[in-house]
Amino acid sequence: MFEAIAFYLFAILTAVMFYITVTTKQALFALTALAAGMIFISAFFFILGADFLGVVQIIVYTGAVMALYAFGMMFFDTTRELKEKNGSSLITAGLSILSAVFVVLIFVAPIVSTKVQVTAAAIEGATNSQSVGMVLFTKYLVPFELAAVMLLVAMIAGIVLAGKKMDRSLTLMGEEEIMLAEEARRKVLL
Amino acid sequence: MMEIGLTHYLILSTVLFSIGLLGVMRRKNLLMLFFATEILLNAVNVGFAAISHYYNDLTGQMFAFFIIAIAASEVAVGLGLLIVWYKRHGNINLDEMSSMRG
Repeated sequence: MFEAIAFYLFAILTAVMFYITVTTKQALFALTALAAGMIFISAFFFILGADFLGVVQIIVYTGAVMALYAFGMMFFDTTRELKEKNGSSLITAGLSILSAVFVVLIFVAPIVSTKVQVTAAAIEGATNSQSVGMVLFTKYLVPFELAAVMLLVAMIAGIVLAGKKMDRSLTLMGEEEIMLAEEARRKVLL
Repeated sequence: MMEIGLTHYLILSTVLFSIGLLGVMRRKNLLMLFFATEILLNAVNVGFAAISHYYNDLTGQMFAFFIIAIAASEVAVGLGLLIVWYKRHGNINLDEMSSMRG
């Protein structure tokens, strides 16, 4: 009963939040709605008994990814209204629903046709984080290490890409200096 | 209706995925496009967690973890590239990113 109420409540909340993210013209609204949607998604993980995944979702998505986006938005001119494609919205909606249904069919078809076999059963008597740790450090150890290396590579790439000209701080420059830098940037653009 | 099964979660996952797909199709601003891809990844995560719960198998949760890791690195690299592009061209509009004529 309570599970059903929680499910429908959070389903509606996430769908509305993500819809706002997708349709709004304000970048800041989109960012906040996305952050809220991520938190509501973690509620599903808690309902499903995947406690560790829910905590990771909150920490990584709303903590790290959203902070990165908020940081990135400071670089871009987000006060300007976003221009969007003005194609037929009906066609876009129909196409997206159709393709989503196809994607689900593609992935569900093998599961339906063959009998699903449990390969990493949850350990009895262990909490979710315990069994996740046991599976992660035995069966999925190599992908786990590869993911760590991938994150390191991504971190270095992010620093190298975004860190250029970081020695020039807009907050420490005077008003004239900022104007001069802006002029120089305009000239480069032209 | 009151008993929440795997189908409910899969339908929810599909709905969220189509919302994300809608965003990918209609957004012109690259930052907004990134938001839409995050929605796609989250929708898939919900499906994985639901299957993991209803089949009593932890593999789905493992895949969700790796998807989260991939999303985090995607954001780091993508945002870095976006900042470089914005410094060079002054905008992040998808339609103006056409240096190749085809």
